[in-house]
Order: sequence, then structure tokens, then C-alpha cells
Amino acid sequence: MAVAKIVLADGSVFAGEAFGASAEVTGEVVFNTAMTGYQEVLTDPSYAGQIVVMTSPHIGNYGVNDADVESHRPWVSGFVVRERSRRVSNYRASGDLDGYLREHGIPGIEGIDTRALVRRVREHGAMPAILSTLDLDDASLVAKAAAAPGMAGVDLVQEVSSAESYGWEEGEPVEFATTGTRSTPTYRVATIDCGIKRNILRLLVDAGFLVRVFPATASFDEIRAFKPDGLFLSNGPGDPEPVHYVAETVRQLLPTLPTFGICLGNQILALACGAKTYKMKFGHRGANQPVKDLRTGKVEITSQNHGFAVEADSLAGAGLELTHVNLNDGTVEGFAHLEHPAFAVQYHPEASPGPHDSRYLFGRFRELIAQSLGARS
Amino acid sequence: MPKRTDISSILLIGSGPIVIGQGCEFDYSGTQAVKALKEEGYRVILVNSNPATIMTDPEIADRTYVEPITPETVEKIIARERPDTLLPTMGGQTALNVAMQLHQRKVLQKYGVEMIGATPEAIHRAENREAFRETMWRIGLDVPRSALAHSMDDAWAALEEIGFPTIIRPAYTLGGAGGGVAYNRKEYEEICRRGIDLSMVDEVLVEESIIGWKEFELEVMRDRLDNAVVVCSIENVDPMGVHTGDSVTVAPAQTLTDREYQRMRDAALAIMRAIGVETGGSNVQFAVNPEDGRLTVIEMNPRVSRSSALASKATGFPIAKFAAKLAVGYTLDEISNDITRETPASFEPTIDYVVTKVPRFTFEKFAEADATLTTAMKSVGETMAIGRTFRESLQKALRGLETGRGGLGADGKDPDESAFNDEQLRRNLTIPNAERLFHVATAFRRGYDVEKLHDLTRIDPWFLDQIARIVERERDVAACGGLESLDDGLFLRAKRDGFSDIQLAFLVGSNEDAVRDERRRRGIRPVFKVVDTCAAEFRAYTPYYYSTYEQEDEVELTDRRRVVILGGGPNRIGQGIEFDYCCCHAAFALAEMGIESVMINSNPETVSTDYDTSDLLFFEPLTVEDVLHVCERVRPEGVIIQFGGQTPLNLAAALEREGVPILGTSVDSIDLASDRKRFSALLRELDVRQPRNATATSVEEALEKAGRVGYPCVVRPSYVLGGRGMETVYDETALRAYMKAAVEEVSPDHPVLLDRFMEESIELDVDAVADGERVTIGGIMEHVEEAGIHSGDSGCCMPAYTLSDPILTEVRETTRRIGLALGVRGLMNIQYLVQDGVLYVIEVNPRASRTVPFVAKAVGIPLAKIAAKVMAGESLADVEFVADAASPRHFSVKQPVFPFDRFPGADIILGPEMRSTGEVMGLDPDFGIAFAKSMDAAGRALPESGNVFLSVRDSDKRGVVFIGRRLVDLGLDVLATGGTWKALRKGGVPCERIYKLQQGRPHVIDRIKNDDIALIINTPVGKGAYTDEGRIRQEALGKRIPIITTISGAAAAVTGIAARKERGMGVRSLQEYYQERYTGP
Repeated sequence: MAVAKIVLADGSVFAGEAFGASAEVTGEVVFNTAMTGYQEVLTDPSYAGQIVVMTSPHIGNYGVNDADVESHRPWVSGFVVRERSRRVSNYRASGDLDGYLREHGIPGIEGIDTRALVRRVREHGAMPAILSTLDLDDASLVAKAAAAPGMAGVDLVQEVSSAESYGWEEGEPVEFATTGTRSTPTYRVATIDCGIKRNILRLLVDAGFLVRVFPATASFDEIRAFKPDGLFLSNGPGDPEPVHYVAETVRQLLPTLPTFGICLGNQILALACGAKTYKMKFGHRGANQPVKDLRTGKVEITSQNHGFAVEADSLAGAGLELTHVNLNDGTVEGFAHLEHPAFAVQYHPEASPGPHDSRYLFGRFRELIAQSLGARS
Repeated sequence: MPKRTDISSILLIGSGPIVIGQGCEFDYSGTQAVKALKEEGYRVILVNSNPATIMTDPEIADRTYVEPITPETVEKIIARERPDTLLPTMGGQTALNVAMQLHQRKVLQKYGVEMIGATPEAIHRAENREAFRETMWRIGLDVPRSALAHSMDDAWAALEEIGFPTIIRPAYTLGGAGGGVAYNRKEYEEICRRGIDLSMVDEVLVEESIIGWKEFELEVMRDRLDNAVVVCSIENVDPMGVHTGDSVTVAPAQTLTDREYQRMRDAALAIMRAIGVETGGSNVQFAVNPEDGRLTVIEMNPRVSRSSALASKATGFPIAKFAAKLAVGYTLDEISNDITRETPASFEPTIDYVVTKVPRFTFEKFAEADATLTTAMKSVGETMAIGRTFRESLQKALRGLETGRGGLGADGKDPDESAFNDEQLRRNLTIPNAERLFHVATAFRRGYDVEKLHDLTRIDPWFLDQIARIVERERDVAACGGLESLDDGLFLRAKRDGFSDIQLAFLVGSNEDAVRDERRRRGIRPVFKVVDTCAAEFRAYTPYYYSTYEQEDEVELTDRRRVVILGGGPNRIGQGIEFDYCCCHAAFALAEMGIESVMINSNPETVSTDYDTSDLLFFEPLTVEDVLHVCERVRPEGVIIQFGGQTPLNLAAALEREGVPILGTSVDSIDLASDRKRFSALLRELDVRQPRNATATSVEEALEKAGRVGYPCVVRPSYVLGGRGMETVYDETALRAYMKAAVEEVSPDHPVLLDRFMEESIELDVDAVADGERVTIGGIMEHVEEAGIHSGDSGCCMPAYTLSDPILTEVRETTRRIGLALGVRGLMNIQYLVQDGVLYVIEVNPRASRTVPFVAKAVGIPLAKIAAKVMAGESLADVEFVADAASPRHFSVKQPVFPFDRFPGADIILGPEMRSTGEVMGLDPDFGIAFAKSMDAAGRALPESGNVFLSVRDSDKRGVVFIGRRLVDLGLDVLATGGTWKALRKGGVPCERIYKLQQGRPHVIDRIKNDDIALIINTPVGKGAYTDEGRIRQEALGKRIPIITTISGAAAAVTGIAARKERGMGVRSLQEYYQERYTGP
């Protein structure tokens, strides 16, 4: 079997076995603690530029299929697991993990002490790393890892955003639909694609929206031309600060459109309103993060994937009210605009992978639009 | 939301004796709950009839009632204590059933007691099949097609709609007792009849078979703000058709996509809400059709369960503790996660390892029982193992099972290729059985592939492929040609796949010691990782470890003194909760001395594997290899091997050879006590009598020696616990048959022991603590059953209730002499018997015995704790235990509980082979009442009126007259057949003669079936379920009629009936009994 190595910028070396494509990639090494949903993770555009370590040891057990994808391709730079399954067992599977990654040119490494790697990231923070099946010289790899760029200040959105605008009509597959009967589209929503996950689109459709997806660079006029009833800001990879052009568009649209943001969209909305963001030590990536809705006192178990967050202290000055807080570390998980009908959450109510506790937010967005249209007419 | 302040006291009901389907997991859960509630300042009143539990230790609850868990008794406790609330969700099905009865009888209403944790309505919706199915339909969930039947007519009608194969599940029985799968009309009728019979409400559910579907369980928690979390998912390796308690199970689920898993999670939360469990934990079971993913709901338990205990141990998330806090009003986000400290309990644990649970069976004790695994649970214990892959955890679990296997085969114990042909192998794969995974491995060795095995077993291909990988690894290792030529890479990969040194030794043609030495030389050692609920996302503060072969070790040690305690491994008959109780006490004792305690155990049901019990917990198999790894890593000043039963004793010699210091009584002394020749020599030296005995290593020698010892004699293999393979033989033919069966196991190292069977003698058990200079006696127990019945299966009483003071004084003196001569440091147990006023020693065990918790409860002195302190270096004077425990002013009767109702076909008569799974205790100032209570608690309540059927062997004919007369005097009617009837008539006892089975109708079984008999006293002549008397006993068992099989037991029963009729049964707490002992007149 072929050898692969993952080397961190701090010099730690993990040697294991290669799978997926034969390649050498750099990226920020992060870990995800979800026990199911590796295919959703792989295809989540927010992971662009990152080497993802799964903490769950057996990965690939149920193979891959065409339906459980969050975009048209996997985005991770590299994939690290304790053990890749050589056997696929699932009635929906159409292929295996190894072939899938190979097909998309993504290298993987297995057989390493992933827990040791995760503990390093936890203690020292997410850091640049290199995963290679080609160059296996430790010294050379350490040098390359140390020279690899970090995430801060880098605009990754342009890499993942769609080039053209398009309509989206597909909801969740019937056998897994959780929303019951699908409503006919009543409201038009413009979504700005910073790396949007398909399940957001599916749930918007299921919630009764006519959905149009715009590239991140879409202008105020292009979006207005669609005559939207609401604006949706998607998730996406990396640092929100360099994505100032989207924040600018949002700033223009905000007074006229009810707005809902998720993840990077949450951060962009915050920046657009004048709040601040910062890079977290190693972020939140998993499907078990407890978030409290401060308005209801209820706790939701949420799916998360972010390495940057909104500064709590900066909310008030930006006219924003804290609505959701992470119970593990007290970080900002959501806020609402005090003046405009706009709200956002840092976590992923569309889950995929993860629990469905927060799906009600899509309905809330719909209500917000209904209210604001009612108020205007 | 803060805790409730409108309530101040809580009654918690325990689960009673250990039975199949209800093991010590409820002590684990209940103890956590009581501690959590007390921590919150509530007054906790506990009722549990099981003395071997930690929860009934007097300092755990405020008021501890070791009383029968019956609605009548609990009502008396409620009347006395007037609790505000009742928490019924911690004591398994027993507590739930009793709570429901109290509700139905309006007792709770009468005394204004509120049920917390689960309301009667919620319990009804979850437990009543029809209500459950309706609830599921209402929320749009699928359940298997089914119908209820209350009679055979209903059942036949139901079959029309459902068809074969059919699953039959009786309502309200333990672990699905009496259920089964029927493939034809005959089986169907048999199972339905038995099920209706066993069901508390005469009801069975006849269900569409989804045999072969994938089976999953989710552990869910919910608080009163409707926050809900899934603590753990569990996937069964054995598909539907095998009771989940009998299945090999894995956490987390391995073969579900996120969409499938989330659909299941949504369903579980919806079920919790629809059933109406407002606070606490529940277990929801699902089946998934592997062909199309169809999800159906199997059942829901609105309480903590065996699975919740497993989930707690698997994740580090203490479900019962949190459930108790939720029940008094806290919300999940208000409770902090002990392990991470800074994060709240309102999250879902994520794990970065694989947990495998393997059940432990005990079919060898019930030779006539059917060993096929079905929907009725048959296992008596379980072991859990943690590894970084399924292969590693499975192999660790299989060696942790302590059935002599080194892993999944390849250990020199696999049956010969010729042992079964292809057809037999196929049958072993198709029909679920305890060894099925071994057969899967065998099939792979024979060239079967995953597809074929999936067709035969319906086990998911992913699991099958994992087993295939183990077999491939085994092949590679075997092919390398010897230990020296085994390259480092393959060596390490094999260890990572969970192979033990024993397996590797077998594969490379070496021995375990050589493999270990070679491994050390090459630096191939495991590391220890933490179970932290969060896959390392947060720092963990709780040192709960498992071993694996990886890079980084996470053990953190302090400079404190450190002692390792070896636990007892999976529960089995003969080694259960009593030993875990002792291990826990060792940890408590060390804590009091400021010594760091390190627990090693592999049993997820126990209190000892609660991370709260010891300072460090290693969840590891109890094998020489695994224990050595821990010892090498933590470097203890010593290891306590006395408390975990036979398991740690078996490791003692090997550990000592490896330089691990053994605390307490020396390994040599332990050996001396179990070595027949050395022991007899010692007794001769001490001038102590022993029944005539001998050892033999061949058939001829046995026959020759038996002639000298005299018949009847008890034969058994040496070095056993729980009387494995023990039998009483009355003549040469029987001895020859026994030796033939045993001869494979017999060797000069492991001879067969022969003891003269002392008829009509009284047996005694003594538990004492010694420190090398002094021996202090904790208690002397007199057995209710005569000698010859295994001490674990015999009822016993403290203080002795028939023996004279001079004999008891002699017992004390003899105990001291033996204890000093053996140099015992720690606990010791001696079994004596008294025949015609002469005292004999049967055996000495210089270790914790099964009766230690019972004695400790009876006298109110923590014997195990004292012994642990002595072992850690204190003297008995230091711990102020120099005078023998004073004889209590009350009687304590221990009564065994048997699993016969789980093994239809197995005869229930008692003998030298232990078959009870658990025990109860009855306490009262009056012996008769204490005995009656113990029978009540054991589920064999003595009647106060009605017909008593008597049938005794000739040697008991004299004794039976006295029994019969007392019964008649007490107003009961006596029925008898043939000889017994004559004997009674001759003795002047009015008695109705009834037909034997062949004499005509209605005969005795008809009378039993007609509910016309309230008690049976039958001292057996023959053995076997197919003899006439065997059939009578079977029938009585099915009808749950108490049966007494010894004349001494009958005498005690009569005393019990009399006392109960005269005085009735009161209740009193342990705390009061102990108070009286110290302050009484």
C-alpha cells in the first residue's frame, strides 16, 4: 500500500496510508466531530482550502451516492481518517469513498492517530498543513507546511461561488422529507451564493420559496431585477473580511429586503451592519453543538462548520441584538437586526449533516417576509 | 429552570434481585440517581430487596428499605414515610410495574404521591402495545403489522392476517420473557400459550416478522422545556430476531447515512414527545429494511435500561444521573458535563472509537434448555470493549467475555475442521446462537464470501467484511512462518486489529510469554486514550481510559500512592454483582485512605465502571495481557485481586511472575486453600475435621478413591467458582459417567475433587476479615437448605437460627485458627457443615465471597471496605474492627432467585451446581417473617390459604408429616399422591389424595392448570424435566406457583406462613435496624 503523510506547520508528522488521489495539497487542517455525513462534509463548499480530519474512526462505510451531496463536487483539499472502509454497505450507495476522491483529485490519508492530530489542533489551533502522497520527505514537507498560507485575509468565496445565476426547484427527497407537504412557492428569494449548500436551497424550496441563486459578485441591480421578496446570505469558506463586496451589496439591500443569513452569511451580515469578526482558535465543526435561543430559552443541537465568528461585544454598536448563543463556549450563534427585518445564525439549520432541530428557521424567514410585506401593503 | 422546591422527598424503587433481563445496570443507574438527588438536598427513600447493591448501602439513601418490591410492601413504606414523589424510572420493569400497580390501586392518590420522571399515562402509552401502536400511527411512524391476543382464539385469528414467520411478544414481561419466533402452527401455539400465561395482563402481541432487518437503538433524553438530545446510537450486529440483550451491539451506529440517521433521530424525539416522557431518558428501538431503508419502530422504554447503562459507559454521559436531575426540574443546559466541566449536558456526545458489547450466556448450566437465540433474552451478563476500530473492539470484547477465547478464534480453541461439516456450519450461521460470530469467522476460513454469509446470517455486509479482515490478518500472520519472521509492520497491524498475544502465539507457533517478550523488545505497546464525550474537542478531566495501538498516550498520573483493583468482568452465574459491590468498596476504602484507586473492569452494567467510583478507570478485558499493560503504565504499589471473584484470581500467578505486587493474602496461600492435598495437610495440622475426600486425575483413580471416600459423594473439577460441573453421585455408574464427560478437562494440574456427601447436615458460611495477626468475624450464616445444595443456591439466615452456642463458638475458633495459619490478609470465607453436632470444614476461600454484601447489610459493618484497608496496609486495630460483629437483634434471610422461567425444559431442582442469578434479603426481628419476606421478594410468595401439594421422596416421609400437620393447623389444605398421601394419613394429617399423572383425571397437573394449587413442596427423587415430577415442576414454574424442593426449606416456609398469618409483615429501614443495634435496650 502507498504511503501518505500529513505534516502540520508546527512540525508534527503523521505517516499513514494513502487513498483517494495521488497528490500533494496544502490547506488549513481542521477537524469535524460528526459521526455521520462524510459525503455532505466533503461536498460542503465551506471546506474549500481545508484539510479535514474526521474524528469518527470508520469512514466510508455506507459509500457515496448521488443524492447526499451539498454541491456538485467535493471541496476539501485533503481528507484524513482513522480508517477508510473498503466495503460499502447501503442500499443507496453508488460508489465508494476511495473512488470518489480519486475521481475528484483529492488525496486522503488513513491509519494515523487522528485523535492525536485533533488534540494538537485543539491545543495549538487550526494551522496550515500539507498532505502528500508524492513528496514523503519529512523536512521538505515541514518546510512546505510552514510556508503554506493561512485562512485569515484570504477570499475563498470566489473559488466556490457559481459564475452565473440560476434557479433552483428541487426540495428534499420525498423519503427523507421532514416538512410534510410542500407548499407552492409564494415568495421570491434571492440567495447570494458564497458557497451555498444544496440543502439550504432544498429547504428554501420546501418552505415555499421561489429560489434564485446569484453569484457572490452579483450587483445590487442584478438582484433587484429579480424582484425578490427576501434576501438569503449563504454559508461559505474562510474569512468574511475579504468578502467585503458581498457585505457592500447586503448593506444596500438590507433596508428594502427581509434578510436571513447562515454561517458566512451571518458574518457578512454582521460586517455589513458594522460589527466585527475574528478568527477562532480551531472553530466549530460537527453536528452536536448546543445553541440556546435566548428568546425562547430552548436549546437546539446544531450542525456547525466555521473558523471565524462574530464578536459579541461588537453587536450592540451595530444595531444588532444577540439571539443565539453557543452553550459550550458562549460564542455568538445568531443575532437579529433591531431596525430591519433581518436575522442570521452562525450554525447550519439546514444541517446536512446533522440534527434537524433548527429547521424552523426557514419557516421563520417566511413569516418574516409575510409580516414585512403585510406591513408594507 | 431551577430544581423544584415544592417537593422535598422522593421514593425511589430499585429493581430487586438480579435476573435475566434485569441485571446490575439498575444498581448503577439507581445509585447515580440517589446520589444526584441527595446532592440536591432531597430526602431520598429507597426500596430494593437486593442486598448486593451499592444503592442499598446505608449511607447512600436517607432511608433504605431492603423489603420485597411488591405493591403491598411499597404501600406500607409510603404510609410510613409519606414521600412527596415517586421516581419509578430507575428500577427497570420491576419498578415501573409496581408503580403502575400503586397508581391503579389509587395508593399514590391516597397518599398524595406524585410520579416524577414518567407519568402513569406515559408509561401506559409506552408499555401497552395497542396504545403504543396508535401513538406511533398518530405521528406518522411505521410499526410492524400486528395484533393483540388474549386467548388462543384471538391468536389464531391474528395469524390469518399476519402469516409466518411471526414474532410473539408477551406484554409486561422482563426482557421479553416468553416471547419467540414461530415458523409453523405448532411453534406458534406453544409460544402464544406460554406468552399469554407469563404476561401480567394475559396478553401477547403477534407481529409481522421483520427478522433479518437491521436493528438500532437510540438513547434519548428530554427535559421539561422540551429540550431533547440523543445520547448514543447503537447498532445491533445480530439483525432483528435476536433480543437486543442477546445481540452483539456496536456504538455508534456504523451503517447509516446521515439522512437515515437523522430520520431515525427525528422519529425518536417525536416518539419521546408523543409518548409524553417529559423528563428523563428513554430507549427507542428501530428496525430498518436493508433493501429499501424502510424505518419501523419496535419499542420504547420510558426509563433507564440496560442499553442506557451501556450508552453511558460507551460515551461517558451519565444518563441516570442526569435523568434524576431532570426529574426534579432541571433542564439539560443547567447541568454540566462532568467530563469536560465547562460544557453543559445539553449536547450530543460524539465518540472517536468503537464500542462493542457482547452478551455472556450460560447454557452449560441448563443442559436441557434450547440454546437458540430468539426474541426472549437468555444471556446473564455482558462485556463491553473499546477500540479505535470495530475489529479491535470486537476482539477485545471476545477475550473480555472470559469464555476462554483469545479473540475471534485463531487461539487454539477453534473446533476442529472436522467438528462440523458444511451443512452444520450453515445451520450455525442461519440459526442465531451464542457462537455465531465464531462460525462466521470459520466460514471465511473455509472460503465463504461476504455475499454468501449475508444471505445466511442477514448480518450487515459491513460487519461481515470487518470479520473477513480479521481472518485475512490471521492468515497473513500464520503465513509469516514464526515469531522471529513476523515483521514489525504486520505485528503492529495485528495488534491494531485487536489480536491478543495468545492468538498471535497460536498463529506463529509460540507461546503467550514469548510473544509478550518479543513485543516488548520491539516496543510494540498500547497507548491509553480518554473517553471524553466529545472526540477530543474539549479537554477532559475524567480519567476514563481504554487501550489501543496508536501514537499518543493520554494517561496523567499524580504522585499519590496508587492501587489497582481488578473487577469481575461480565456477570455470569456464580460471579455477579456481589463481587462488583466488593470492588466498589475497595475503591471507596482507598479514597478514604487518600490512595488513588485504579479500576480495571470490562462490565458495562456495573457501579465499578462508573467513572465516579474510582480515581482512574480502565475499561479493559481482564486478561493477563491487558491487565499487565495497565499495570506497566500506572505502576501501582499493588493490585487487589481478592474482590472480583474468580476472574482476577486466575490472573494472580501470572501477574506475580511479571513482578506485579499482589496486595493482601499471598498467591501461595490462595493456592494452598484450593490445593486439595496441601489444604488437607494443613487441616490435619490444625486438627480440624474435613469430610472424607480425595483427588483423582483419571477414571480408574476416581473409582478407586470414591470407594474409600464412600457414596454418595460430590465430584467437581478443581479451581472453580459457582460450582461449575459439580455433581452429587450416588454410585459407581454415575461417577463413571461424570468422569467420562469431565476427563478432557482433567489433568494432573486440574484434578477432579471427590468429597463425601454429608446427608442431613446443616451448612454454614462464615465471612471474616484478617490482617495476619487477627481474624475478626463478620457473620455466621446458617443455610436453610441442607448441605449438598450449592451455597449460592441455598437460602441462608443470619444469625444462625437452629445451632447451639457451643458449635458457634467452635466455628469462631476454627475460623481464627485457619485464617491465621493461612496468613490471610483481607477477606476470607469458610464453609462448614455440622452433622450430629460435629463440625467439618468444607472449603476455605481466602477472598471476597458472594455473601460479603449480605453479611455487611445484615450487621451494618462494611466488611469489604475494612478488608481493602487492611490490604492497603492498615491493621484491624487501625480500622477498629477487632471484636467479632455482634449478633444482630433481627434476622436476615437471603434467598436465591433462579432463571428457570427463561429456560423452559430445564429442570428446577437444586444441586451442587449453582444456577441462581441473584438474591434477595428479608429482614425482621422474627425469623418466620424474615423468611416469608425473602420468599415474597424472590417472587415466590408463600400463601396464607389454599391447597398445598406435597410430594416427597422416601427419606423425607418422616419429615413431611410435621410439615403437613403445621399446614393443616394453619388452615391450609393438603393434597398429596400415593406414598406421600399414605405417610401423611399414617401420621394423622387430614389430606386429600389426588391422581398421579397416569392414574386418571383430573391429576395434579390439571389441578395446577386450574389455579387450584397455591404451593408445592416436592423433594425430588429423579432429575430431569421429562420425568413426572419434572413435568409438575415445569407446570408450576409456568404458573408461577412457589415450589420448595427441600424438607428444610419446607420447614422454614411453614414457620414463615405461620408468622405471617399471626403478625403480618411490617417494614423497617436499614437505618432503623442499625440504630437499634447501637442504642437498643
